[in-house]
Amino acid sequence: MNQQASRYFVPDPSHFPLVGSAALFLLASGAVLWMNKLAPGPYVVLAGFVVLLFMLFGWFGRVIDESEGGRYNKQVDVSFRWGMSWFIFSEVMFFAAFFGALFYVRVLSVPDLASAEQQLLWPGFNADWPSAGPKFAEQFTPMGAMGIPLINTLLLLSSGATLTWAHWGLVAGKRGQLKLGLMLTIALGLIFLSLQVYEYVHAYQDLNLKLTTGVYGSTFFMLTGFHGLHVTIGATMLLVILFRVMAGHFKPDHHFAFEAVAWYWHFVDVVWLFLFVVVYWL
Amino acid sequence: MEATHAHGAGHAHGDGHSHHPKGIMRWITTTNHKDIGTMYLWFSFAMFMVGGVMALIIRAELFQPGLQYVQPEFFNQMITLHGLIMVFGAIMPAFVGFANWMLPMMIGAPDMAFARMNNWSFWLLPPAGILLTASMFVPGGAAGTGWTLYPPLSIQMGIGMDMAIFAVHILGMSSIMGSINIVTTILNLRAPGMTLMRMPMFCWTWLITGFLLIAVMPVLAGAVTMILTDRHFGTSFFSAAGGGDPVLFQHIFWFFGHPEVYIIALPAFGVVSHVIPAFARKPIFGYTSMVYAIASIALISFIVWAHHMYVVGMPVAGQLYFMYATILIAVPTGVKVFNWVATMWRGSMTFETPMLFALGFLFLFTIGGFTGLVLSNTAIDVQLQDTYYVVAHFHYVMVAGALFSAFAAVYYWLPKWTGHMYDETLGKWHFWLSIVSFNIAFFPQHFLGLAGMPRRIPDYALQFADFNQVSTIGAFGFGLSQLLFLYVVLKAIRGGEKAAAKPWEGATGLEWTVPSPAPYHTFEEPPVLTEAKGHA
Ligand code: HEM
Ligand SMILES: [Cu+2]
Repeated sequence: MNQQASRYFVPDPSHFPLVGSAALFLLASGAVLWMNKLAPGPYVVLAGFVVLLFMLFGWFGRVIDESEGGRYNKQVDVSFRWGMSWFIFSEVMFFAAFFGALFYVRVLSVPDLASAEQQLLWPGFNADWPSAGPKFAEQFTPMGAMGIPLINTLLLLSSGATLTWAHWGLVAGKRGQLKLGLMLTIALGLIFLSLQVYEYVHAYQDLNLKLTTGVYGSTFFMLTGFHGLHVTIGATMLLVILFRVMAGHFKPDHHFAFEAVAWYWHFVDVVWLFLFVVVYWL
Repeated sequence: MEATHAHGAGHAHGDGHSHHPKGIMRWITTTNHKDIGTMYLWFSFAMFMVGGVMALIIRAELFQPGLQYVQPEFFNQMITLHGLIMVFGAIMPAFVGFANWMLPMMIGAPDMAFARMNNWSFWLLPPAGILLTASMFVPGGAAGTGWTLYPPLSIQMGIGMDMAIFAVHILGMSSIMGSINIVTTILNLRAPGMTLMRMPMFCWTWLITGFLLIAVMPVLAGAVTMILTDRHFGTSFFSAAGGGDPVLFQHIFWFFGHPEVYIIALPAFGVVSHVIPAFARKPIFGYTSMVYAIASIALISFIVWAHHMYVVGMPVAGQLYFMYATILIAVPTGVKVFNWVATMWRGSMTFETPMLFALGFLFLFTIGGFTGLVLSNTAIDVQLQDTYYVVAHFHYVMVAGALFSAFAAVYYWLPKWTGHMYDETLGKWHFWLSIVSFNIAFFPQHFLGLAGMPRRIPDYALQFADFNQVSTIGAFGFGLSQLLFLYVVLKAIRGGEKAAAKPWEGATGLEWTVPSPAPYHTFEEPPVLTEAKGHA
């Protein structure tokens, strides 16, 4: 058997895992303090973020060096592919919990609260969705689907196309197309995020639709909020990929980092399509 | 299965491993699956002790009716932390520790697929453990909800609840990363010739457990996130006033929770599937059916969750569905039990400590499975829900099942890890003390439950006093016996009879082809499997 190909790769010792744990410990305890309005909370969270950034830069920097240094063989590449696929699967299940909550309240708990046996408890409550529950006294306007959300759908769909176009460029060795495609994708992502911020401001100021607006507000903001967070992470990763492209990284046949981020981006895209249909539209 | 590995141990000091930090830094920075496995196992044992002390506080309080030693609030905190620490801190890390140590050796891999991330999975555990234990000392104390964290109580608790939530988040990250690592290692790092259907059973159980973990830990993360936002940011997921429902939490929790019990049970099945053939000196009976049984248990475990919720108010159709689906799980579980028994049939058996624990597992886990079947019957469960019968059921499956299997694993592999044989006489003492005191502690709880004693209470009616006293005596006996276990392990680490590469006559598998103790790097190049027959 070929010596080169059969030699296993095992990374050298590294202190970044411990740094990462310290970061998460700071973030968690800082968040606990902050949420309970205890003074040092925000500073501890900030410190946690700084340590986390340090860890991410250091750890990914190391991985990039190893990759560019040609230390990853075919087997490592396949491991990365499995790893990323399972990671995305775990993200799917995270969203599934929140989609499950949405279906549960729409199909079971809200209709049940308006059922005949609950009439004594919550007189006059009707189960029309969107509902903020029987005890929510204020008026609010639900978010329509056909304005900004529709535009956002088109933005994300085209960003998926531009990213694939960039990938074609990478495979064909057309670096210009690769860069342009990446920039377009990032730009579309950022426009999406700005529109979402605008939509949130609009909801809070004009529609009286808030996180506290009963179960409609809860599911609306948690689902779209976690999705927005994922778009932010995805755009950041795309930016890193763009910088690496500028620095001359990636070959037509060796660029899994690019593909991993592309998978992630498409996954975030698909989540949005579900959101658009069941949160905004129906 | 035989293997030639000309490049095995000899290359331990090959290139690419030039600088290895010494002392504490070795453990902090390591990328070695054996180091990481060792840390997992010691962490698990430490948590086992912490959770055990909490259990003894609970049992001491229950020795007599009336309040003796602790306040009810503190009692509830002990119940919660005991559950969380034992499940997430003791049992799960123990089996991840075995996976780390053994999987690469079993499949002929150099290490885990993501060796650096592997270390992070471990080092996430201590922060979570600190958050959990420290939560006892904050104003209001730890969460008092029980490990199931049901709202509305979990919405009302103090800071300790937030700490538990973040601990669960961090533990979840650790489990997900650990599982991605294990699953990828098994799928991608098998030595040439090690096909999936030739894999040792422990690898199969972990492949499927890893899948279960990746599927359900994020769901638990979602559930506790909703609790967090209901607590602090005014969402209404679990509040009827806002259109939500506390029962929604129970659905999400048990969608995680039932697969979780198999996350604990499957690797235990895997260990037993190695130990019984080794000491019966026969290959495992029905290898293929074992694999299919594991897979079907895992799949069915996703669709039975509401058997924990029969009394929350469910349509009869729902109760019937969940009852039948739950009973269905007994079929593949039965296949496994029969296969283990058939493996021993006409085997030439010897009864060293690992085998004793495996047999203890077999008998007592099966009792736990039977009481599970009793509970799965909706009409009966309405009486038994939240009584000590349930406590007895899950301790038979989790302690006499998973924990005994973990003990079997330690005794079975200790010679491979340390290079020394453990003290067989003391090991047998550990087994007999454990199994007797375990049954004294938990068997009477069936009667208490059937007579109507509720779980999670610090005080009880006078008629329950006798069985509770028996149970407490057994519990202290069980706790003390574990100190003997610690002693046996330490003794084997420090010295003892030198272990051969294959100390167990009937053992099979690649791990027994390398010297004992296993070299720091087992395989730097793929071993070549030369013989096709038989399974490990
Ligand atoms: C044949 C297999 C099994 C069946 C049919 C079964 C059935 C059940 C049922 C119906 C309950 C709900 C009882 C109630 O709350 O009223 C229950 C509870 C429980 N089971 Fe099992 N079970 C089985 C195996 C297992 C295994 C393998 C484990 C863990 C290793 C396990 C751990 C638990 C735990 C922890 C609880 C209690 C949860 C709580 O309420 O805190 N079970 N089981
Ligand atoms: Cu269950």
